[in-house]
Amino acid sequence: MSAGNDVLLAVRDLRVSFGTGDAATEVVHGVDVTVARGQRLALVGESGSGKSVTARAVLQLDTDATLTGSVRLDGEELVGAAPRILRSVRGRRVGLVFQDPLTALNPVMRIGWQIMQPLLIRGVSKREARMRGIALLERLGVQNAPERFDDYPHQFSGGMRQRVVIAIAVIAEPDLLIADEPTTALDVQVQAQVLALLDEIADERGMGVLLITHDLGIVAGFAEHVTVMRHGAIIETQDVDSLFASPREAYTRGLLGAVPRIDGDSSVRLLSVDEIAVAPAGAAGAAAASAVAAASALADSDQGNPA
Amino acid sequence: MSLLEVSGVNKTFHGRHEPAISDVSFSLEAGGVLGLVGESGSGKSTTARCVAGLTRPEGGSVMLDGREVVGARRATMTTLRRDMQMVFQDPFSSLNPRMTVLDLVGEGMIVHGIERRPAARRDLVVEVLEKVGLDSSHLTRYPRSFSGGQRQRIAIARALAVSPRLLICDEPVSSLDVSVQAQVLNLLRDLREELGLAILFIAHDLAVVRYLCDSVAVMSRGRVVESGKRDAIFDSPQHPYTRSLLAAVPVPDPAVQRARQAEARRLLDEQRRAS
Repeated sequence: MSAGNDVLLAVRDLRVSFGTGDAATEVVHGVDVTVARGQRLALVGESGSGKSVTARAVLQLDTDATLTGSVRLDGEELVGAAPRILRSVRGRRVGLVFQDPLTALNPVMRIGWQIMQPLLIRGVSKREARMRGIALLERLGVQNAPERFDDYPHQFSGGMRQRVVIAIAVIAEPDLLIADEPTTALDVQVQAQVLALLDEIADERGMGVLLITHDLGIVAGFAEHVTVMRHGAIIETQDVDSLFASPREAYTRGLLGAVPRIDGDSSVRLLSVDEIAVAPAGAAGAAAASAVAAASALADSDQGNPA
Repeated sequence: MSLLEVSGVNKTFHGRHEPAISDVSFSLEAGGVLGLVGESGSGKSTTARCVAGLTRPEGGSVMLDGREVVGARRATMTTLRRDMQMVFQDPFSSLNPRMTVLDLVGEGMIVHGIERRPAARRDLVVEVLEKVGLDSSHLTRYPRSFSGGQRQRIAIARALAVSPRLLICDEPVSSLDVSVQAQVLNLLRDLREELGLAILFIAHDLAVVRYLCDSVAVMSRGRVVESGKRDAIFDSPQHPYTRSLLAAVPVPDPAVQRARQAEARRLLDEQRRAS
């Protein structure tokens, strides 16, 4: 299998399990994910679908997870790679934005210090790092960036903190940005601002983006391609227009039919995924129960690794 | 007369200068569904708690079916609580983990003297559970063995057990996955239809409010900035805050959403050039 030049990230038959021996539980069952250079891919699914575990496996952030399969970044294999290689990838070639800016930032360190770290670690001078950090904060719409650079996270609002997290993620100019529910903790107007910023920054720098989200509205406005996951497996991958216009799988149709729309006709009853994806109505309860059992195994592993 | 009449309610929390809510007024007819929307910190939850008698406002009045909630004595509050029940956001913390479903749902029936005989109460509990899509096989189980959506059904059953006329739901679907959210929204719609229940529905998700509610009150910084019939608010919002809030909601349709974002960017550029 030859990866074309334009393929930035190629995940092939990735399996992720937690625990060892008989207690091992596989939570991601052989998924393929491809992000081309400069492309935006949304990885969509409900909680417990394995979307976060998959994204985190790209950088091997869950140290208790066992991976098999292949994760290639620019053709370089990361599964089984030396820790030294992984460290050079994290932050430098792949940036990360987490859901909750409050836990992603260190509360006792100044935000400027945190923004400069990806550069300082790689030998950029403190002076230059500070200059680039302030310029980036300004670019991200933080007012009085030079003064605010030495503030602590608690002095920032939620939306401003998330801008700081984005600054840390992109300051070393990575080729790929992984954003795990970057706006879920934010109010809707702040969410719109943060998404617009991510959009501009990704465009300016030709960054590929792997966006993990459960919100199909965000997917519609941000992504070029969409991969839908459920229960640790991929349901389907399509370009964004085709996916919304003609989803191939019943589960995707169910998911799209379950979302209320602000411009929607409220007399049309919402679908629930069980109604469409699990055939007989009488069996829906039982099916849901077993789905819950499967999902809770995933949820447990999620909780063990606060994102 | 409306079932619920809220007028001029104020609340400032201890040690704060800014009031959490000020001069909040709205009314809700029997059988109606009112959506109270706003961003975090807008005072919508505080309003809900004042209506439910869980927080005592400094001023104003909350009338439920002609009876005053603000400053009500304990005994009066107990009878008022039979007519208005709450469903909270997080079904993981709102249900006592040491109680079975039978005890959780049946508790209100004991408190309000609806049915004290255990066997008859059990039958009533099963009846309520069936209304929310659960059944008698769930009676002896504990909250931990249910998913989030099922727990929220239990919380709704618990509220319905005393046959209230008003259900106060504080972000009841925001911790649920979309498919489960759709089930709970449909359930609330059916219950309203079936039982003639009035619902005060607190939410930050405007699309959810459009689906469920027939009137809307928009809150910002502790005040109601705009209220009215659902279609009037969504189709021709008057207040600039409502307009910007509606414009920021993403629509799950690529072509429509790209157009909305382009429009938002154009407005922002205009503002920048103007300033």
